[in-house]
Amino acid sequence: MSLAAHGFLSPSGVEIAFLLVGLVTFGAALVTVTTKQLVHAALWLVVTLGGLAVEYLLLTAEFIAWVQVLIYLGSVVVLLLFGLMLTKAPVGRSPDADSGNRPVALAVAVAAAVSLVWVVVDAFRTTWIDLDGPAQGSTEVTGHFLFRNWVLPFEALSVLLLAALVGAIVLSRKRATATRNSRSGKEQR
Amino acid sequence: MHLAYPAVLAALLFCTGLYGVLARRNAILVLMSVELMLNAVNLNLVAFDVWLRDTLHAGQALTLFVIAIAAAEIGIGLAIVLMVYRNRGTSDIDRLRDTAEGADTPGGAGPDATGAAPAQKAEATA
Repeated sequence: MSLAAHGFLSPSGVEIAFLLVGLVTFGAALVTVTTKQLVHAALWLVVTLGGLAVEYLLLTAEFIAWVQVLIYLGSVVVLLLFGLMLTKAPVGRSPDADSGNRPVALAVAVAAAVSLVWVVVDAFRTTWIDLDGPAQGSTEVTGHFLFRNWVLPFEALSVLLLAALVGAIVLSRKRATATRNSRSGKEQR
Repeated sequence: MHLAYPAVLAALLFCTGLYGVLARRNAILVLMSVELMLNAVNLNLVAFDVWLRDTLHAGQALTLFVIAIAAAEIGIGLAIVLMVYRNRGTSDIDRLRDTAEGADTPGGAGPDATGAAPAQKAEATA
């Protein structure tokens, strides 16, 4: 790939779109981990995951983008919201959303971000992705490589999903003895 | 597209998730931050797969697998959090210190274990 055709100061339209959506995604992620309102954190997570789906589309991975929308925006966020409501999370501002080791966490995260960004930029300064040609993640391509080369991991993954389903049901089911004990415990109180 | 854009965005998102995991107190918010970290890794996988033009498309296949495993993980994690909340009455990970080593917790009974003691006994006998 000829380096002369690319440049930092003349970004292409895809790069500008990627940058703008990336800024929105990163900002929403920052709000997700810093907001004091627990439900708002889940809603900002929706913005983050949706922005990432757009980034996948810009990288021509269409199938993964729609899987991201379906699974993350459709089910994971709804599960998280259900979890927040089932644990009786406060709707308004909760001042104790952050724990006491917040400065340490901030220091660790900033140090990791600086070192990672430095290494990544230094390593891939002169590398360009060639997005021309047919899409590399269309549904047809995805079906081909998934069911031609990755069938066995795919089937193993279905077993894992079944195990997780059974495990979640077993964990969240109220056991008869436990409920009886907790009921007698409440009566004693 | 310059490869540094998705790589830098993935690094920043990962560090945001790292901060959330370390700084948040509610267990469900910690799970959200874990999702952020997993998504950052997914973005890296997709970007490098598209860059390398892999014939097996290992990056995209692994991204799909990571998405499925993350769905399973969030289901199990939320079930565990709900069970902890039902037994202890809280989902703050700062207050779940039964296995913590420290001078103020002789015999595993912390200073905040008084309210949760009946529930623990019920769990032990169940």
